[in-house]
Amino acid sequence: MTKANSSNAPGGEAIIDVSGLSVDIAVPAGALHAVNDVSFSVGPAETLSLVGESGCGKTITSLAIMRLLPRAAKLTANHIRFDGQDLSRLNEREMTRLRGNRMGMIFQDPMTSLNPVYRIGDQLEEVYMRHRGASRKEARERAVFLLEKVGIINPGQRLTQYPHQLSGGLRQRMMIAMMLMCEPKLLIADEPTTALDVTVQVQILQLLRSLQKEFRMALILITHNLGVVARMADKVAIMYAGRVVEQGSVEDVFDRPTHPYTRGLLHCIPRHGLTAGHDRLGSIPGIVPSLVGNISGCSFRNRCSFVHDACGTGDVPLRPVSDVHDYRCLLSPEKLGETQQGVAAQ
Amino acid sequence: MNQVSVNTEQPVLEVHNLTRVFEIGRSWLKEGKPLRAVDGVSLTVKRGEVLAIVGESGCGKTTLSRLMLGLQQPSTGDIRVLGEPLVGVDRKAFARRVQPVFQDPYSSLNPRKTIGEIVGDPLIIHNIGTPAERLARVEAVMEQVGLPRRFIHSYPSQMSGGQRQRVAIARALVMKPEVLICDEPTSALDVSVQAQILNLLQDLRQELNLTYIFISHDLSVVEYMADYVAVMYLGRFVEIGPAKRVLSEPKHPYTQALLDSILTPDPHKGLPNLNLGAGFPDPLNPPAGCRFHPRCVKAMPVCATVMPKLFHIEDTDVECHLYDGVKA
Repeated sequence: MTKANSSNAPGGEAIIDVSGLSVDIAVPAGALHAVNDVSFSVGPAETLSLVGESGCGKTITSLAIMRLLPRAAKLTANHIRFDGQDLSRLNEREMTRLRGNRMGMIFQDPMTSLNPVYRIGDQLEEVYMRHRGASRKEARERAVFLLEKVGIINPGQRLTQYPHQLSGGLRQRMMIAMMLMCEPKLLIADEPTTALDVTVQVQILQLLRSLQKEFRMALILITHNLGVVARMADKVAIMYAGRVVEQGSVEDVFDRPTHPYTRGLLHCIPRHGLTAGHDRLGSIPGIVPSLVGNISGCSFRNRCSFVHDACGTGDVPLRPVSDVHDYRCLLSPEKLGETQQGVAAQ
Repeated sequence: MNQVSVNTEQPVLEVHNLTRVFEIGRSWLKEGKPLRAVDGVSLTVKRGEVLAIVGESGCGKTTLSRLMLGLQQPSTGDIRVLGEPLVGVDRKAFARRVQPVFQDPYSSLNPRKTIGEIVGDPLIIHNIGTPAERLARVEAVMEQVGLPRRFIHSYPSQMSGGQRQRVAIARALVMKPEVLICDEPTSALDVSVQAQILNLLQDLRQELNLTYIFISHDLSVVEYMADYVAVMYLGRFVEIGPAKRVLSEPKHPYTQALLDSILTPDPHKGLPNLNLGAGFPDPLNPPAGCRFHPRCVKAMPVCATVMPKLFHIEDTDVECHLYDGVKA
């Protein structure tokens, strides 16, 4: 199974195009810059992965697109273009019509995102009846059809069950089926497999991938698992402290990681061939800086081994490594690369 | 049964034919159904060794760890630490020898106690030392796990996930136990923090000659940590042997499937094909014969009826009919 490399083909119009997205959250100490000037686009049947550690802003970015941000959060953007509209300018009623219909979202924990007091069937059918004005019977037929699609045996019986009667893997399949009821153009999956067993994870990812290709959905996959990213995504954006520090095609970013943070992350993963008690994992010393107040300079500088005076002042722009690969660092890829070999040799 | 080591030194931890049966749905009207969460498990760990237990959720690995911690009593079988039986011994004596590190450092630390109190509490409970000696011990152990002394008056809410997990490790070490049982110690942490904690556990193991039981579902973490691996399925060890061998030449089809499910960060590979049935069987009605046969690609007619015997091949023990007729 190889990955279809369907990055923005000429003529392939992006389904979602985000430009200059920022989210500030009001906290007692001032404004917390949770997301800072994030831009990306995703085409039909294409997967973009937002990667980073807790607090890097990846979930806030997706909530901003869905316009599900908490009240204290303030969204600004040049535009969030989706389906011919600018999501940043729609009101709540217009957004309600889109959510669950043209765009869907899957969360990490399927137990908390399904309503425990309604039968699975009611929850699936409601989406279709509400957005499409379908009858209960049509909705039931659609639900049965989709449960078969997501690999559930005996769908008629499953629809009469409650969420607590299902295993985690089954619940996540139900969530996926629910999101597909109205054939959305965009699916956002926030850590969809983190709560699942490794074997179930692979099965759910396979399912997401094949359904995505079939329905030509744009998929935004949010995860901290670099293995999942490498195997699933076409494009990747590495986020750190609310900013994209590196983005590009998944091959470019994983084969030629350029930003010191990306390289640090890849070094941290235990990989095949390590010997217990002999090898050591790489780690990134220090902690993520506070995002409250005015931020100037590179946000990674307090943990970076390449830090120098210029890192502390002014804005660090995204710079190209190649046509499809950008990074946010003042040093050239060559300069960063030299020492990379030094690190690897240690 | 599963004698995996040839080392003649006395084992630190021995578990023999351990079983734990829960009764599900019992009321005064009807009898409960037995759920065999742990079903005839044996293991031996020598000082300084790390045994990893891997398996899917519901396979019994957490119940097994609770039995080894003395938090639950086994239905049958016994547990020995340095040759002394622990079943039936009082909880405190047990706790001095075997200590836990749990998965979630957010819920396993009391939010209303300071770090110094959390780490020092076991010493008070066990009546060890004077207050000054206790403080010295707490400070020493905090330094061992890389926590700055200033945290001694902090509360868990003021710390990051990685720092909290260091506190949990310090609390486990303060009693100088023989065995640490680490139940998914890093799965709630970010990758860069996970690396720090795994490195710390490796360092402590070497410094203090500690013995770990390391429970995890992440096989790449297991490869980094463990000397021996036990693969658990529906309450039984289906394969147990040296980590190097089990992870490079898996013998049981289930071990193979687990290994196939590792997603290495290689963008040139797609998703693996697992060749594994989707359903995890109901532990209340385990399949007859080999418990894994409904999901197994190599299942044969005999697998559906006869429980496989344990085969000892090279230095690995495996329960699978594929090895019927192979000389042990």
